[in-house]
Amino acid sequence: MADNLGTSPDEVQFRFRDDEPVDHGTVTVDSALEQTNANAVRIEPGDDARLLLAFLDRLALVEVNFPSFTDGRGYSAARILREAGYTGELRAVGEVLIDQLSHMRRCGFDSFAPDKRLDEEDAARAFATWESVYQRAADTQMPGRRTIADKRHGA
Amino acid sequence: MYKYDEYDQAMVDARVAEFRDQARRRMEGKLTEDQFKPLRLMNGLYLQLHAYMLRVAIPYGTLNSRQMEALADIAEKYDRGYGHFTTRQNIQYNWIRLEDAADILADLARHEMHAIQTSGNCIRNISSDHFAGAAADEVVDPRPYAELLRQWSSFHPEFTHLPRKFKFCVIAAEKDRAAMRLHDIGIRIVKRDGAVGAQFYVGGGMGRTPMIAPLIRDFVAVDQLITYAEAALRVYNRYGRRDNKYKARIKILVHELGAAEYTRQVEEEFAHLLSVGVEPPREELARIAEFFSNPPFRHPSESWDLEQLQSMAAGDPSFRWDDGFGLWVRRNTHQHRAPGYVSAIISLKPVGGIPGDATADQMRILAKLAREYSFDELRVMHTQNLLLPHVRIADLPAIWTALDAAGLAAPNMDTIEDIIACPGLDYCSLANARSIPLAQRISERFAASGRTEVVGELKLKISGCINACGHHHAGHIGILGVDRKGKENFQLSLGGSEAEDVSLAKITGPGFDEDGVVAAVETVTDVYLGARADGERFIDTYRRIGMEPFKEALYGG
Repeated sequence: MADNLGTSPDEVQFRFRDDEPVDHGTVTVDSALEQTNANAVRIEPGDDARLLLAFLDRLALVEVNFPSFTDGRGYSAARILREAGYTGELRAVGEVLIDQLSHMRRCGFDSFAPDKRLDEEDAARAFATWESVYQRAADTQMPGRRTIADKRHGA
Repeated sequence: MYKYDEYDQAMVDARVAEFRDQARRRMEGKLTEDQFKPLRLMNGLYLQLHAYMLRVAIPYGTLNSRQMEALADIAEKYDRGYGHFTTRQNIQYNWIRLEDAADILADLARHEMHAIQTSGNCIRNISSDHFAGAAADEVVDPRPYAELLRQWSSFHPEFTHLPRKFKFCVIAAEKDRAAMRLHDIGIRIVKRDGAVGAQFYVGGGMGRTPMIAPLIRDFVAVDQLITYAEAALRVYNRYGRRDNKYKARIKILVHELGAAEYTRQVEEEFAHLLSVGVEPPREELARIAEFFSNPPFRHPSESWDLEQLQSMAAGDPSFRWDDGFGLWVRRNTHQHRAPGYVSAIISLKPVGGIPGDATADQMRILAKLAREYSFDELRVMHTQNLLLPHVRIADLPAIWTALDAAGLAAPNMDTIEDIIACPGLDYCSLANARSIPLAQRISERFAASGRTEVVGELKLKISGCINACGHHHAGHIGILGVDRKGKENFQLSLGGSEAEDVSLAKITGPGFDEDGVVAAVETVTDVYLGARADGERFIDTYRRIGMEPFKEALYGG
């Protein structure tokens, strides 16, 4: 266990899951490739999320770091994991701001550990921004969430 | 024309509410300016030299009379009584107060309009052929595909923080009237063996590193269009450069990887996304396409054709093809697919005027003309002009009379007076030089000498800085304003084209001051007139004789 990075459960401000959170830190993608027992990984913007696909079922936590909120690579990483069937916790960490929450949620993030705690009311409003959505994404893979086009055509 | 349903309306309403909330949090200090900036940009709000500028999206350049009137109302209520139509088929207001922005967005939403993603590092307004649905040479109307892309790209959760801005263009004819291959993604809808599909050109653009987009896929089945676009964007979002703003556009990625390697990665992602299933249901495209069915054109026997107009002209001794109405018909109308109809171009380039500007009164007059004569429809052209897409030839005299009275009948489409110019240093905080006064001087000079007609088709484009908003790389003649030791200096370039014969202009040599560049443009047209063979446009002559004769005339032997 060369590295033990990342956020602890008490840094998580919003969590949309009922299971027990992983109680230890994460390792880098490189370390995870070497350590066959690692179950918590941290993805940095330049990392290829697809490297994790070979051992997705042993992962319980993937945290995706947003060192700057303007770097959108983490959104693709999140969707790639969800598209591959990852069902563990997907945590957005770093510069996670109010106005990114709704998009992050749609890309499959289900927990959020912002560097700076967010205003609860503003965040609640942000999570509820879109009553309907145009695109298929990680959320529409889940039951109960359909796109506008699907609703229009009764699909 | 497309009409919002309850869902579309709810989306723009949600956006207005979201922006109002963002503005509130900014004013309460909960958002820093750095945090607020990308949010306001994604709602079209720029900070310029003197005030905020608001850019309103006009999807694929199509709008109805009511929307044009709403734009006029906004110009009067919140700006100084005018607006500026842009090369991306949008409209910009240059004198906006931040406090008013949310109210303006609400006014827009009431008329099925918005400013969503008209700026910022996200997918921008989808542009298209301004003659869509009217042109005689189109395979299909490209707008349903553009609308499908509009919905897909609006608030796309994965592609809201791209490395850089991202521009789509969709056309459906061999002729390219929308600079398709100078977009991040240019799509041409084609038919192969009766099946409709899309050619994808990826990695074009202007800016400081102009590039012509290579073809990366010759045929994407139409029911996989969104999936392919999503794959192309995902590769860019993951691997586009983020270390240097000036190397962050997709053209650099495609260039650095090579078109073949970029294509390979897109194909891999495409195969994966096909298995995930991100395409909207098939019926959605059909639903959208119904909004773009033909307006009820009159039977040809009830209408005139151009020959009848000619015979009317022949029977009228005062009628002249080289003046007034006749000249306008000759220059400013375009062949329509319905017999008895043409598309009528409204030049926003009056001699000595500001390219692309229209007053609120002019917008209202155009709205009225569209209602009376063009099935309620107007278009914005990327050349910063407007268009009545479907008018009866028999109605042209009445339309021209009304336009002429409103100062909107300049008969100069595609001539040297029809200049594309960016806002330049008169408005823009990025500019190094003024573009507008230069455009004014050149059009005045050529109009006064009567040379406009002699020179014929000549596309002159002026940018006030290297970002190339005035498309100077794609001008038959391009002018780029730069700063040289604190003074405005203008580089001249020749040989560009944004059309199906797309090419990038080459710099002639050392730059000029403002007087110098006006004279240089005249010198360049002298060389052309001296060398042109029968029927050659400026660009044809340039391509035949090359740069040397122009250089010699400009700088001496």
